[in-house]
Amino acid sequence: MSTPRTLWRGAAVVGALTLALTACSSGGSGGGSSDDSSGSAESGSLLVWAWDNTVEPIAESYMDEHPDVTIDVVNAGTGNDQYTALQNAVAAGSGIPDLAQVEYYAVPQFAIGGALADISGLGASDLEGTYSPGPWSAVHQGDAIYGLPMDSGPMALFYNTTVFEKYGVDVPTTWDEYLDAARALHAADPSVYIANDTGDAGFTTSMIWQAGGHPFQVDGTDVTIDLADAGSQKFADLWQQLIDEDLLAPISSWSDEWYQGLGNGTIASLTIGAWMPGNLEAGVEQASGQWRVAPMPQWEAGASASAENGGSALSVMEASPSKDLAYDFLTYLSNGPGTEIRIDAGGFPATTADLESDAFLGKESEYFGGQKINEVLSQSAADVVEGWQYLPFQVYANSIFNDTVGQAYVSDTSLADGLAAWQEQATTYGNDQGFTVQ
Amino acid sequence: MTTTAPATTPAARPARPGRGPRLRTPRRHSVDRPRRSGLLTVLTALVCLYSLVPLAWLLINATKSQGDLFTSFGLWFSGSLHLVQNVADTLTYDDGIFVRWLANTLLYVVAGAGGATLLAVLGGYGLAKFTFPGKRAVFAVVIGAVAVPGTALAVPTFLMFSRMGLTNTPWAVIIPSLISPFGLYLMWTFAAEAIPTELLEAARVDGAGEARTFAQICLPLLAPGIVTVLLFTMVATWNNYFLPLIMLKDPDWYPLTVGLNAWNAQAATAGGEAIFNLVITGSVLTILPLVVAFLFLQRYWQSGLASGSVKE
Repeated sequence: MSTPRTLWRGAAVVGALTLALTACSSGGSGGGSSDDSSGSAESGSLLVWAWDNTVEPIAESYMDEHPDVTIDVVNAGTGNDQYTALQNAVAAGSGIPDLAQVEYYAVPQFAIGGALADISGLGASDLEGTYSPGPWSAVHQGDAIYGLPMDSGPMALFYNTTVFEKYGVDVPTTWDEYLDAARALHAADPSVYIANDTGDAGFTTSMIWQAGGHPFQVDGTDVTIDLADAGSQKFADLWQQLIDEDLLAPISSWSDEWYQGLGNGTIASLTIGAWMPGNLEAGVEQASGQWRVAPMPQWEAGASASAENGGSALSVMEASPSKDLAYDFLTYLSNGPGTEIRIDAGGFPATTADLESDAFLGKESEYFGGQKINEVLSQSAADVVEGWQYLPFQVYANSIFNDTVGQAYVSDTSLADGLAAWQEQATTYGNDQGFTVQ
Repeated sequence: MTTTAPATTPAARPARPGRGPRLRTPRRHSVDRPRRSGLLTVLTALVCLYSLVPLAWLLINATKSQGDLFTSFGLWFSGSLHLVQNVADTLTYDDGIFVRWLANTLLYVVAGAGGATLLAVLGGYGLAKFTFPGKRAVFAVVIGAVAVPGTALAVPTFLMFSRMGLTNTPWAVIIPSLISPFGLYLMWTFAAEAIPTELLEAARVDGAGEARTFAQICLPLLAPGIVTVLLFTMVATWNNYFLPLIMLKDPDWYPLTVGLNAWNAQAATAGGEAIFNLVITGSVLTILPLVVAFLFLQRYWQSGLASGSVKE
């Protein structure tokens, strides 16, 4: 293996590789976006960052109708991973996509940082009434609009009817009944829990939202944080009892144990966004036919308050040289033919036309035992409590949730203390970032 | 243990004639017949089990469908064998992106680990066998570099590469992989031991040029060290995760590590499809080439470890 000939041959292999590499990367999508910056809606190219799996087929359908447009859809990570990448790209000033998927809770943070383009001047301001109230207010900051809704997540109670029937427990309609049901299920079978929770920022804020809380109030750079207001206290009191009595399964959502628990009946219900059916069908096949959907339990009997949980906007980036084309694709995806592709793939729409259409409402879900689940979910979208705001640094705030509120799940700290600690650290951070936080 | 040696053991010396007391009991342990220790055997077995159970778990669960993963006992097979289907699904899921990731990983290993080894051999040989001003400074820098973990350099490297416009290209993974201070240091010490200076002098007296001396005389002597460095850099590049994670945003350039993680993340995405069975099967397929490489390169490696320890 050591004659000069093999040496040269090795060198030749490396040389050939180098050539191949150069050839590959020269045509790659390393740069930001198009070489065509005229941005006409007829030709050009777009780079889209999205982890949602329906964006790719929608882009393909758009390209079929617009042969001169090329759209490159890249999954740059889910949620936080992508936000980190997006912040890095914006900071570096290179590699920024034309459009990016941003969850509703993260929109204010990217908007105030100047990363997202205000599309109200491109025609988005005429779309009032096109979307259900939750997602529509989420993409707004004052009069500016920083993206269009891709989907929404009005909350509902997903429950395993087999388990509830087996132990003779009624499906709860109020949170008091929910607490009783939690006790009854766990007493009947110690391996069964009404829900799992190890501390989840998105869930907690949505619960406070439904309880009528307004812990975060934002006016420009003036921010008020009050995680001890009436709504937050309602939630903390209820959840504290569930934690104290060990009525919550110590399983983190989205883990493999979670999927297992949803499948074998040990996690008997979920209070979660309306996009959940798709995940149940794909990840929990063995429980097919066992799950049903009911309206979210209420704080007052007979009320019909609801909240949003999750859901994303697709936003045009400020750095994009082809904003017109980007906006054209955005409307196609958000309120054009794209909505149908998304609904067929199991997504939950944010567009009122789809939420109210008979075909959508009347769809019987086989997984849910033939139930017309969209009737419940669509009603929930209409019942979302208005006036909720997220912090302009919510991504950071959520990242420290487990160090603060999460302690209540694993130590003697109370939820109220945890929320206070969360508020304190978020306030400190906000002031350091140049906001005026009270 | 018994104190009388069995009469049939070949190592037991024949008893001397006469009835006097034996002055020495025959030695029952030697280098060839080491003393057995029950405690050590149990400890070794435990450690062995500890390292093999995860591997066994991986292999067993690669044979299960997603539903069986959740319903059957983790360390034993479920009723149905799903392995072939899993492998087929892994290779074809999402338009066969797994195969693309495998090719990327191979590219990064061949170019990155191969290049790193080449540079380490050249540098180590030069530092071991030639004197030049500043050699001690180079030595200090190399030793210092060995102490810096690669992860600590990842973010500064990212910022530098992003200025150069190299992020999101294969170069962003290959170029940092070319630098292996540990490999250089290993080659340096190995070359100093394995190549007698007299041999070099003899070659020069016979009129061989430096390049020829290196290629025909030194390289064969360095082979065990080269294989060792190659193994180290290969494993490091194959398992490299953090660097490609921050450098690459385009799934088409992902190596297997980052790709499998992206698959794993699908389960934690609203509207995503959980594919635990493909992640597990993909992991099995990912470690197979490493196992093969180890088995093939092992003999070169072993022969090199003791070289120079005994003067022959």
